[in-house]
Amino acid sequence: MAKLNINGKDRDVQAEPDMPLLWVIREQVGLTGTKYGCGVAQCGACSVHINGEVQRSCSIRFGDIKPTDKIVTIEGLSANASHPVQKAWLAIDVPQCGYCQSGQIMAAAALLKKTPKPTDDDIDAAMTNICRCGTYQRIRAAVHMAAGMGTGSGSVAPAQRKRA
Amino acid sequence: MTNNLRTTAKVSRRAFVVGSAAAGGGLALGFTMPLPSASAESTSLATELNIWVAIKPDDTCVIRIARSEMGQGTITGLAQLVAEELACDWKKVTLEQITPGRNLASKRAWGEMGTGGSRGIRTSQDYVRRGGAAARMMLLQAAAADWKVPVGELTVADGIITHAASKRTTSYGKVAAAAAKLTPPDPKSIALKDPKNWTIAGKPMKRLDTADKLDGRKVYAIDVKLPGMLCAAIKACPVFGGKVASYDESKIAGMPGVKRVVRVKDTAVAVVADSWWHAKAALDALPIVWDEGPGAPASSATIAEHLKEGLTAESTNGGRQNGDPAKAIAEAAKKVEAVYSTPFLAHATMEPMNATARITADKAEAWVPTQNAEASLAALSEASGVPLANCEVYRHDLGGGFGRRGGTQDYVHQVVAIAKEFPGTPVKLIWTREEDMAHDFYRPISQCKMAAGLDADGNLVGLSVRVSGQSINAWLSPGQIKGGKDERQLQGLWEQPGDAQLGYDVPNLAIEYVMRNTHVPVGPWRGVNTNQNAVYMECFIEEVARAAGKDSVEFRRALMKNHPRHLAVLDAVAQKADWGKPLPAGVHRGIAQFMGYASYSAAVAEVSVSDAGKLKIHRLVLALDCGHVVNPDQVAAQIEGSVAYGLTAALYGECPVDKGRMTSLNFDSYEMMRLAEMPKVETVLVPSYEFWGGVGEPTICVVTPSVLNAIYAATGKPVRSLPLKHVKLV
Repeated sequence: MAKLNINGKDRDVQAEPDMPLLWVIREQVGLTGTKYGCGVAQCGACSVHINGEVQRSCSIRFGDIKPTDKIVTIEGLSANASHPVQKAWLAIDVPQCGYCQSGQIMAAAALLKKTPKPTDDDIDAAMTNICRCGTYQRIRAAVHMAAGMGTGSGSVAPAQRKRA
Repeated sequence: MTNNLRTTAKVSRRAFVVGSAAAGGGLALGFTMPLPSASAESTSLATELNIWVAIKPDDTCVIRIARSEMGQGTITGLAQLVAEELACDWKKVTLEQITPGRNLASKRAWGEMGTGGSRGIRTSQDYVRRGGAAARMMLLQAAAADWKVPVGELTVADGIITHAASKRTTSYGKVAAAAAKLTPPDPKSIALKDPKNWTIAGKPMKRLDTADKLDGRKVYAIDVKLPGMLCAAIKACPVFGGKVASYDESKIAGMPGVKRVVRVKDTAVAVVADSWWHAKAALDALPIVWDEGPGAPASSATIAEHLKEGLTAESTNGGRQNGDPAKAIAEAAKKVEAVYSTPFLAHATMEPMNATARITADKAEAWVPTQNAEASLAALSEASGVPLANCEVYRHDLGGGFGRRGGTQDYVHQVVAIAKEFPGTPVKLIWTREEDMAHDFYRPISQCKMAAGLDADGNLVGLSVRVSGQSINAWLSPGQIKGGKDERQLQGLWEQPGDAQLGYDVPNLAIEYVMRNTHVPVGPWRGVNTNQNAVYMECFIEEVARAAGKDSVEFRRALMKNHPRHLAVLDAVAQKADWGKPLPAGVHRGIAQFMGYASYSAAVAEVSVSDAGKLKIHRLVLALDCGHVVNPDQVAAQIEGSVAYGLTAALYGECPVDKGRMTSLNFDSYEMMRLAEMPKVETVLVPSYEFWGGVGEPTICVVTPSVLNAIYAATGKPVRSLPLKHVKLV
């Protein structure tokens, strides 16, 4: 039995050291918002935050996680989907099938934490998760919109594009 | 090489029969059909007006949905159509999904459930709108009876019924119980609203299914949890058509959580364990010997040779001809010739194939991500041996479909075969990404040989097109091939109007299909045959236009005089994209137009190619005439998505074959376009309000040819094979 801190709670988890964190989260802890897409850290559907950094949990061994590491999954990102990224995703109707969107949202939230006003180049560099439905254009717009929230004005800035 | 492996096709034929029966016989408007099974919780407090509409005392309108949602927005669009005629409060709409068992028990009152071919809305719009309208008429009638006034004196908006003369109002929730006791109107007698007067349909309503995709709440089939559930990982013979020779179960004895190894239908081996990761880890460690079968020697090179032979073969498998193209081209002032090719492609839905089943002697249940829930039900019954009436499929919204999860239902057959070994215990089967890539029903491979003749004035006098490639019908539904003719492969090049008609008239024209099958399973892939045929036709027409020294748009326009709808969309995209006007230095345009799924599409791409040959796709403008537009924002989303799906294929997509098997098995080798490469996409809707066309698939076919034509403009060299990652642009 090992301790795992997920979404602010310590959990007792029974898992072998080489089990990927993704499957510990999905099958041992029972949080299924974090998705399996490729198992080789290519698609990002399994993205979670570990100590504030976005990480692809399919390729992290459970044995490499310390009990003090703070893991946040999509279920723990905010109360009532109130994170600016989630609000912007809703406002722009970003998701199509939605399967990759947990990972996209976690990647976007991590980007905005480091870079509150990202440029298109920043978004290009940070948002590398795969979406087969092709929501990329709306993801870009929603990241800009989320960046415009939290200014205190309560208003939502329209997405600005510098792209030629 | 012949298609001598029929196991999969048998499965598919069965599924096809179900789909066809539903299409032919299930569309009766059985509004009053009694419901045999207990309604879902969402309906339990509601009064049912008819099979499509139930209303709760708090005015909540429950709209029932028979089609599958895989991201394309169909359930929101269908709800808009019902709500429009119902005249209810859109904010009070909730959805209830119909199961295929319930549909079957109701003699298919809800019609066809299959969701593919861009049919989800266009082939159900009429009867769902009538369902909404019939409910509205009954609700108004009930209020009129209560107030003892003529129904003609009542008005309704947002579910509030008003009698202006007496200043009385009531709501749907209050009159629903009385309304349900009235005799429903004859559906055929109902006058539907003129779409130009729509207030809910036709508007960019927000999707009804977004919220639970934002916080991990949504339960996809891969997320299903059931008491006592076991999990399975599976590996089928990597060579298509091969079988299991042997495996050594002793090698995984004692591995964590492992319950048992199951041989699945002689073609695959599954490990069942207490969790999926334990099953997968054990399967990876299990030594398996395969009997690879006759497909083992095949490679991309042998398949390419097989197709190439078809380009000059004597006999053909369908096509069309007018005039004498051979003579016209031979005698032409100028001749243009080219051979194009396109590869196998995998669907690579983000949610890998999976399903869960629980089988007992007299009951079979399955939890399935499916584009065709009735085919899932048929597969469940067939594989379990449990009669259809004792089967039920709980369909989950899909994590992507794109044609992969329609009629074939291979993963349902597999999970049932495994779950039968554990009676009463639910078993969840999940494919690895590698398994998903190794055992798809791939977009077929094809080649195309073309020749054109121009007269001295640069007019097109003769055109010859021959497609040689694998047939989807031969694999999935051989009954559709009549007298050796398989017209489906020429989708988009057809002469007959209405669905996928070629928008050009050429005085001497030959279009031919030559079937060259392989041992690789094939199936529909978003846009199906329009994808390849549009690349062939639109890129070659570009070559011919350049040989004629004419502008790309004007050359096409001259061939489109008898095709006003095609032409209107071409003109709309050219205008929106400023065709003919100057571009920034180094940026070049390309254009394409095509028709599929009863809708007309055109695109203009803007690209630049660096001196080092690096491609940058800046912008795509796409125009679509799909007749009626139910939700313009969701149509735009589908168009944006078609650009990403199409460009991923154009830039990177190919499934090479070596030693009879697929060699690109994950996203490191089957590369995907990412956000950074996504061009700016602008949508131009050109609704003609005169027909119901598809939306999910039509536009993808113009994406790639518009980009290839822009590259041609940039480099002066046509691109004739895909993907672009193998093409040296300069």
